[in-house]
Amino acid sequence: MDVLTPRSLEQALRLKAERPDAVPIQGGTDVMVELNFDRARPAALLNLNEVAELRGWSRQNGRVWLGSGLTYAEAMERPLAEALPALAEAARTVGGPQIRNRGTIGGNLGTASPAGDALPPLLVCGAEVKIASVRGERIVPLPDFVVGPKRNVLAEDELILGVSVGGTESRQTFMKVGPRNAMVIAVVSLAVRVDGDLRAAFGSAGPVPTLVRAGLGDVDSFPQRVAEAASPIDDVRGTASYRRHALRILTRRALDRCLV
Amino acid sequence: MLALSFSLCRKELAVGQVSITVNGAEHILELEPRELLVYVLRERLGLTGTNVGCDTSSCGACTVLLDGESVKSCTLLGVQVDGHEITTIEGLATNGTMHPVQEAFHEQHGLQCGYCTPGFIMAAVSLLDETPNPSEEEIRHALEGNLCRCTGYQNIVRAVQAAAGVEV
Repeated sequence: MDVLTPRSLEQALRLKAERPDAVPIQGGTDVMVELNFDRARPAALLNLNEVAELRGWSRQNGRVWLGSGLTYAEAMERPLAEALPALAEAARTVGGPQIRNRGTIGGNLGTASPAGDALPPLLVCGAEVKIASVRGERIVPLPDFVVGPKRNVLAEDELILGVSVGGTESRQTFMKVGPRNAMVIAVVSLAVRVDGDLRAAFGSAGPVPTLVRAGLGDVDSFPQRVAEAASPIDDVRGTASYRRHALRILTRRALDRCLV
Repeated sequence: MLALSFSLCRKELAVGQVSITVNGAEHILELEPRELLVYVLRERLGLTGTNVGCDTSSCGACTVLLDGESVKSCTLLGVQVDGHEITTIEGLATNGTMHPVQEAFHEQHGLQCGYCTPGFIMAAVSLLDETPNPSEEEIRHALEGNLCRCTGYQNIVRAVQAAAGVEV
């Protein structure tokens, strides 16, 4: 296995074009566990840790830009945590401090797991994913970016630059059900935002994290609508009926939190 | 021209030799790309204070500091820390005097078998660097990435409180 460590975005994109089999790695939360369990033997890793252009966040025309190298620990810090409170709450539930220091938003998008904790908060904030290759850049709305369980639209020469999100400073929250508070994969997760309309996005309750929208007048029926929009399965972490039930309850509680 | 600059940068990228500063001392090492940082520390540098528990970043026994921030060294490649600074449990004591967090774990008996202890101490050091006066809730949140399978967390939390100067 080769480990390629580009020092700039330009180098990273050229390396990805030359070695499309190289698996991008940031914090390694998912990639390294696959390697250590011998479930994956990539020919090469593209270590993006030294690409400064992918780090940090900034405000851009009323929206917030999150570099793909933004860590969960950084998403928990003010003032970003005040601009995107649901994302900050979700970040707090990821793994433990050591994982939050390493794990990134870009990694969550790259893995595209139905249980990705950052994805529901990004969905309710209208996230658009910016992707690049040596051929150029393109922007893909998050609902179109994740196309199946652990599948996204990235071509083999493309890398995720980051996401642009709106809805800053709106009423929003995040909730997650798991057997304990730390170090768990969500049984179900939910982000809700109230800002002109009602938006909910859930994780671990269908093949992809999913966004549900309704008008402000639909507060009473919204929890049921969110539960009905889910297509959960029975698995080791929970049953489909429990997940649907939990989503209904969580949506009710999240609305209570956002409507006070 | 582009091809030339690319081949030059490829040469720099062919990592094999890395420079890692561990507990203040720089080490130039020839590493296999697949070597985990924890094995670089234990087997190349003989720093066996960092333990391997689960290999999957679940247990926290292998916690070290990377540029001052706590990370799990079982899910980090040695070549990824080229040019960076690592602190292990061996780097905490100065001139034979234990670090206040080590002293507090000793005083409060924040351990039973001791296997998880280096990881807990590194996680606690990282917490107290950022939050010198943490609440009990903040301590428990900061230690949630570490598992103790002997006894429980009561004395561990008490040790961190003692290290922070709280009467326990």
